[in-house]
Amino acid sequence: MIEVERLTKLYGPLPALREVSFRVEQGEILGFLGPNGAGKTTTLRILTCFIPPTSGFARIAGLDCREHPLEVRAKIGYLPETISLYSDMTVRRFLAFAASAKGVPRSRRGHELERVMARCSIKEVESRIIGHLSKGYRQRLGIAQALINDPPILILDEPTIGLDPAQIVEIRTLIKELAGECTIILSSHILPEVSQICQRILVINRGQIVATDTPANLTSQLRRTLQIRLQIEGPDAEIREELVAVKGVLRVQPGDGPSSFLVETDRHEDLRPELARRVVARGWQLRELRTQELSLEEIFMELVTEEGAREETK
Amino acid sequence: MKGFFPVYGKEMYRIFASSIFYVVAFIFLALAGYFFYSAVAYYSLLSFQAGRNPFLAEQLSLSEMVLEPFFGSVGIVLLLMVPLVTMRLFAEEKKTGTVELLLTYPISDRGVVLGKYTAALSVVALMLTGTLPAMVVLSALTTPPWATIFSGYLGLFLMSSAFVSLGILASALTQNQIIAAAVTFGALLLLWIIGWAQTLAGPEVGSVLVYLSLLSHFESFTKGVLDSRDGLYYGLFVTLFLFATLRVLESRHWRA
Repeated sequence: MIEVERLTKLYGPLPALREVSFRVEQGEILGFLGPNGAGKTTTLRILTCFIPPTSGFARIAGLDCREHPLEVRAKIGYLPETISLYSDMTVRRFLAFAASAKGVPRSRRGHELERVMARCSIKEVESRIIGHLSKGYRQRLGIAQALINDPPILILDEPTIGLDPAQIVEIRTLIKELAGECTIILSSHILPEVSQICQRILVINRGQIVATDTPANLTSQLRRTLQIRLQIEGPDAEIREELVAVKGVLRVQPGDGPSSFLVETDRHEDLRPELARRVVARGWQLRELRTQELSLEEIFMELVTEEGAREETK
Repeated sequence: MKGFFPVYGKEMYRIFASSIFYVVAFIFLALAGYFFYSAVAYYSLLSFQAGRNPFLAEQLSLSEMVLEPFFGSVGIVLLLMVPLVTMRLFAEEKKTGTVELLLTYPISDRGVVLGKYTAALSVVALMLTGTLPAMVVLSALTTPPWATIFSGYLGLFLMSSAFVSLGILASALTQNQIIAAAVTFGALLLLWIIGWAQTLAGPEVGSVLVYLSLLSHFESFTKGVLDSRDGLYYGLFVTLFLFATLRVLESRHWRA
């Protein structure tokens, strides 16, 4: 459905994207993940034919973005990053404009407006002026205009930015509902969001793709070390010494509570029995012992900083 | 041309939804009314005096003493008001970011430029129509020279179309509406008075300057003279500036 090949974009001498290639299959939800300024918006803008790439190709349903911009745009529903809508128009009038711009015939326009307004539950504000709407409504209106004329591809640039938690949940539910109907690319710098909604994640940093996989695989691949969380009652310094002495332990850090420790070990060895035995043998009270999964945030940080470090040693 | 009608409709809606239009139209009509009134009042004063002076009576001309100054003044008021109508066309969309939405809809750049241009021109034409009651008043008092009136309004319309085309270019160049208005006003004023430098520039350059001037092509219309060269001038003017606007809009493809 979407093919991107060796996409490079230079802003002056500054590369925003460097040889980025990826594919998105029909019906897939791809999460585009990266820190601010990584090149997410640039990529999405190239896909929507807003700006052209310096080199490389972007094809949507077999059509090149540079050669057939109008045909490509007709297949895409786009929610720009900073969703700014015509603040002096009413919701209904704005959607009517979007529908006519997208070539919905006049006879079908009313029906189409009702459909997208119902889909995004903005029917109750249809005659209000956009400038007076809350951020949540505006974001939903942004999605509603993207949905007009049933595009096979939805490109959502940071759809939940600036919303309160309840609204975030609403938008996420909406996106998940849309999942079966179209191919979705969603960008975000918020990890839980991407991991909850997307089937596949593409991590981008400094204009390059750092990793691409399912959220689950990404977690397991990157878990090189295993963290074990222990809570032990006893003399802290001695416990620490004892833990470090265990073979296979890489590092001992203080945990997040009193008398708790985070032990980093080699992931191929399960040191939990050994640790428990040692603690009990010394007569300390073992309150808690469990492995700790590396969160997506940590993976992300690891990927991003690793890439940065590699860059600097070059 | 895909997208002309949606963009035109949207622009018209937004122009009428904003207060700028009402303020500009009010000031325009008030000033036009004042100029019309003073021209007619002066004319009637002279007419009374002409009753006692047959020599003066021969010199009285409605076209020269009412219509010509009226059209000339309306032209100057337009020069002040058009930049205020055109300044937001692109500048505001660039500032607020709506341009990204607009240019990712399946509509052509040409449709966007022409839609916006035609909308702004329609609004200026509507303002000009608002001065027509003055002509009705004139026809109640005397038999006005309708041909001159027609030619004068045609001249005003053609000049407005030139003003708007320059205004839309200025608006596409910046995201600051005030800069757009100032550039439009400055450029229009310069083109308006450029012919004044004729005597300084010598005969060859001077005649070129006069030909470039917006004013010199407008003057013949106010006298009731329809010259194809003047029509051609305005046609070329509009084409040039709309083409430049299109290029500026397309420049996002090669500028960083």
